[in-house]
Formats: sequence, C-alpha cells, structure tokens
Amino acid sequence: MPESVVFERPEALAPVSTTYCPGCTHGVVHRLVAEVIDELGVRERTVGIAPVGCAVFAYNFFSTDFHQAAHGRAPAVATGIKRARPDLVVFAYQGDGDLASIGMAEILHCANRGEKVTVVFVNNAIYGMTGGQMAPTTMPGQVATTCPLGRDVATAGHPIRVVELVSTLRTPAFVARTAVHTPLHALRAKEMLRRAFRYQVEGTCFSFVEFLSTCPTNWGMPPAEACDWVEKNMVPYYPLGVFKTPEGADRAPRPLRAGEA
Amino acid sequence: MAKKLMKGCEAIGEAAIQAGCRLFFGYPITPQNEIPEYMSHRLPQVGGTFVQAESEVAASNMLYGAAGSGERVFTSSSSPGISLMMEAISYMAGSELPTVIVNIMRAGPGLGGILPSQGDYLQATKGGGHGDYRLLVLAPWSVQEAADLVQDAFDLADFYRNPVMILGDGLIGQMMEPVEFRTDRKPRKELAPKTWAATGWKGDRPRAIINSLFLDPEVLERHNHKLQAKYEAMARDEQRWAESGVAGECDVLVVAYGTVARVASSAMEDLRAHGVRAAMLRPISLFPYPYEAVRRAAERARAVLVCELSCGQMLEDVRLAVEGRRPVHFLGRQGGMLLTPEEIAARIAELAAPREVSHA
Repeated sequence: MPESVVFERPEALAPVSTTYCPGCTHGVVHRLVAEVIDELGVRERTVGIAPVGCAVFAYNFFSTDFHQAAHGRAPAVATGIKRARPDLVVFAYQGDGDLASIGMAEILHCANRGEKVTVVFVNNAIYGMTGGQMAPTTMPGQVATTCPLGRDVATAGHPIRVVELVSTLRTPAFVARTAVHTPLHALRAKEMLRRAFRYQVEGTCFSFVEFLSTCPTNWGMPPAEACDWVEKNMVPYYPLGVFKTPEGADRAPRPLRAGEA
Repeated sequence: MAKKLMKGCEAIGEAAIQAGCRLFFGYPITPQNEIPEYMSHRLPQVGGTFVQAESEVAASNMLYGAAGSGERVFTSSSSPGISLMMEAISYMAGSELPTVIVNIMRAGPGLGGILPSQGDYLQATKGGGHGDYRLLVLAPWSVQEAADLVQDAFDLADFYRNPVMILGDGLIGQMMEPVEFRTDRKPRKELAPKTWAATGWKGDRPRAIINSLFLDPEVLERHNHKLQAKYEAMARDEQRWAESGVAGECDVLVVAYGTVARVASSAMEDLRAHGVRAAMLRPISLFPYPYEAVRRAAERARAVLVCELSCGQMLEDVRLAVEGRRPVHFLGRQGGMLLTPEEIAARIAELAAPREVSHA
C-alpha cells in the first residue's frame, strides 16, 4: 500500500515544542491559527503579536515574523503595524488578563476604529503565567490565588464578557466566541478563525475570535476534567456563536443556534 | 525652499514630513496640540497616515508596531503624556526600534500646569522608563533649530536603532519664527537597510522578531552590554553644543539649554557692554551630555551659573562635569514662570563682582 501523508505540521507552525503545560488548549488554538494562515496562503506576509502571559513566547511557535508587545498593548501594536504596512496580515494573540484587564482600552478602541486586523483571544478564566491569580474573566466562586475563597462578585464584580462588549460597538466587525474542549468545537472554532482572517485579507473589517480555553495547572484538575469544567461552567456564561458580522446591521448579540457552524 | 513664518509645533511636524516620516500616532495634550493638528491635515496630502490614539499609552505602542515594520514614525506629547509613554519607550529601547518622540515640556509634577518648563530633563536623560537604557535627547533653542534637529533625529534613530527625543519647552512649541527646510540634506552617516524589520517572512533571512524579552540572564546581560556599547558610541560621536565667549578667561560661565539659553544670551549682550566677562555654553545634545566641553569651559571661568526652568536638573550634570573645580550656582524658575534677561544678568553680575577673601 503506497504511503501517503494524512496529517502534518502546518507550515505556519514552527517545528519546535511549545512551553505550554500538559492539557492546556493554547496548543490547539496555535494549530488552528497556523492551519488557517496556511490555507489562506498568507504566511509570508503575516505578522503576529505576542502578548504578556502564557503566550508570551508565541513568537517562537509560529513560522512568521512577530512582535512581542507590552502587557495588554497588542491591539495598539497591531494598529501601528497595519497602518504602516496595510499589505501585511496582522494578528494579535492575547489572553484574558492581557486583553480584558490591562488592555481593555486598547482592544475596544482598536475594534472601534475598525482596524483591519484579527485578534485571537484565549480566555481561560485565570492568570496562567503568573501562577493562577484572579482574572476579570474568572467565574463567580472560582478559586484563584488572589481569591482563595472564590471570586466574590460583591467586591470583584462579575466576569467580563468581552465578545458581548465588543459587539455593542457600531463599527462593522466580525466577532465570535468559540471553544476547543472537544474535537467538534475545535472544528467549528477553525471555521470562525477562517472567516476572521478572510475578512482581514479582503480588507473588510476588524475581526475578533474568543476561544474558551483550559488551564488544568492553575485550575488544579486533570486535563479531561478541565474540558468538562469549560462545558459545565464557562459555556453557560460565555455563550458560543457569532455575535456580529460586518454584513449584519443588527447590533444585538446573535448567539449561534445548535447545529450552526 | 524659501523661509516661512511658522509656529514651532508646525515646523516640527513639517520637518518630520521632510524627513520622510509618513506616520503619526498621538493624543491631544496642551501645549503641543498644533503638532497632531498639523499632521492630521498634512499627512494625507503626502499619502501618509494620521491616527488619533485613545491614549498616550496606545499612541506609543502604535509607534512600536510601526517602527518594528521598518517605517519612519513619530509622536509628540507633553510631560504628563510622556510619562504615560515611558512603558513603550523602554520597550522600544529594549527592542532597538528607531522612533522619534517630541516632548514639549510643561510644568509639573502631576497635572502641573500648561506653561513652559524644563522639568523633564532627568526623565528624558536618565531613563524615565524601567531598565538600563538611554534616549538620544536633543534640545532646540529656536524654531529653525527645532526643524533641523527633528530631521536629524530620524537619521540618528535609524542609525542607532534607538528612540530619539526632542526636548523642547512650551515656548519652542508656541512661538513663531522664520524657518527654512533643507531640501538638499542627506544623513550624516550611511543608514543600513532595515533588514531586521518584521515585514513578513519569506525564508530569505532569519525570522524578524521585535522583542525585548530575554529570560536567560546571561543572554539578557549580553543584550544590555550591546545596548551600553551603543550609548557609548553616542557619547563618543553625538555630543552637540554651542558656545559663545568661552575662548578666553571669564568671570562667569552660564550653562543653559533650550529657550533659557536664548534668554541668557540676551542678558549677556548687555553685560559684556558693561565690562562683565560672561561666557555661555549651551548643550544641544542632553544625552549624550557634553561633559568635557562644559569642564573645559568651566576651567576658564571663576564661577559657573546653571539656568533652568526647573528646580535644578541639568545642574547635576554640570556638577558632574565640573567635578568641584569651580563653584556651581543655580538660577531657576518653576511652575511655568520664566527667567528674564534682567534676572539672569543680575545674578551673573553678582557672581562676577570681586569678593573679599577671608584667610581665617
């Protein structure tokens, strides 16, 4: 039987091991981003922006040019790159502490200006790199090192739903939330990413895809359990779906219906 | 190009365009709003891009991204806004990005006031942001010099792959003077192509990664040594100053920069007419500081007078230069108050007057 390659590393993914913990879904998200870059044939003109957080070394994991940004500032750096070189395909890769806490101003204004860039937002409801502190996305009651009794919404507020927030902006955009805790979710997530990058390549609009992600290390549970935790605790609060498209004049959130890709 | 009557802020903007800069990212703050305003109408005329950022934090990080893409880019702000940019400036220095940042200083600390000051000297020349880094800092004393220095700043930034700061005060930004833009100017040094810029990786060079993160301490130490070697090269090759009357012996050497030097020079014209031997040294590069020139000039004077619109910041560098060889005195105003020629003249005359020496 002749040999044939059925599975290989995307060209846009560097041939190195990542520094992510076992069971963390950053690796899945990296792969999906790389596959989409390859499929669109834009690797040679793609520039990524690494955040401060677990993905700080993302510049080592993709085979593209990269910028490493200050904490939360990736959307501003992306703006600078895209305005300087509109021919480049620019994506910012950010975690929830980076994007939803210290970088809230940068992400909202980048989206509101309608910068033709793509933001990949990985939300694992905790600060991973610094050792498991409470994030703006930490679930009510969820234990973290800076809320040892669980997040108290009376003093820390409720988890911020970034996708919903970005979707309220009038500027046309593609805004979606996905997850990667099951193969089916990952397939749907890739479709969202493909749309997001395509909107940028076509010069249509700002695009933003949130990925609900796991952090077995700082959540203190095995990877499989962490995937269940996403399904049970995060998905009900952070509904999956396309919330905004550039075509839709409708500003109201439009959660994806069951069966919709 | 014929001379044009222009406001300092506008001349700074036009100089940047003449230097080939087509990107400006900024945020409004008094007293430098005429720079972003000028760029917002002028850049589209030359195919450039103006972006009003949501904050100085964002503006400076946009600069980081644009500079990392290999394009000439600049921003301007005033003291409180510059403080907000310090994070990105440290990253630019660490990542070796060429950018030009204009600080039209206003009085501080805190929100302070909107009137001219030189209170950001230490911030500009001794770091400002975190880590061991330096900016190349140039201080103009006229609108013409502001325009010339802005054009040079882009070349220096590219040559050293380092942020360059133009440190002016509110007077430089707001006053109108005739200015001429040199159309025949060429960089003083040959500028290498920006092969390090992140412009998309096609495999024909190593991947470009704009980065200041080095977790391995040995690697980070080497990186710091590389930066320091660059600052030493600046100290060797980029000192700039102007002097008048320092050739011979004198009673008082005045050391002042920016518009204060301008005020001092009119004070000195009167004094010389009255037989007071006063000389002046005006540092133009504040980093690298012309320590040796100040020391040489001070040795020909009986006393040194430092004049600043601050509580005495450059004063520290003059003392370092003089190393106790001569008494160093200070005359300053703060809060947006200006030094007058009469005030400076009176202080010089006082220092120049012969004194009784006690031999107790």
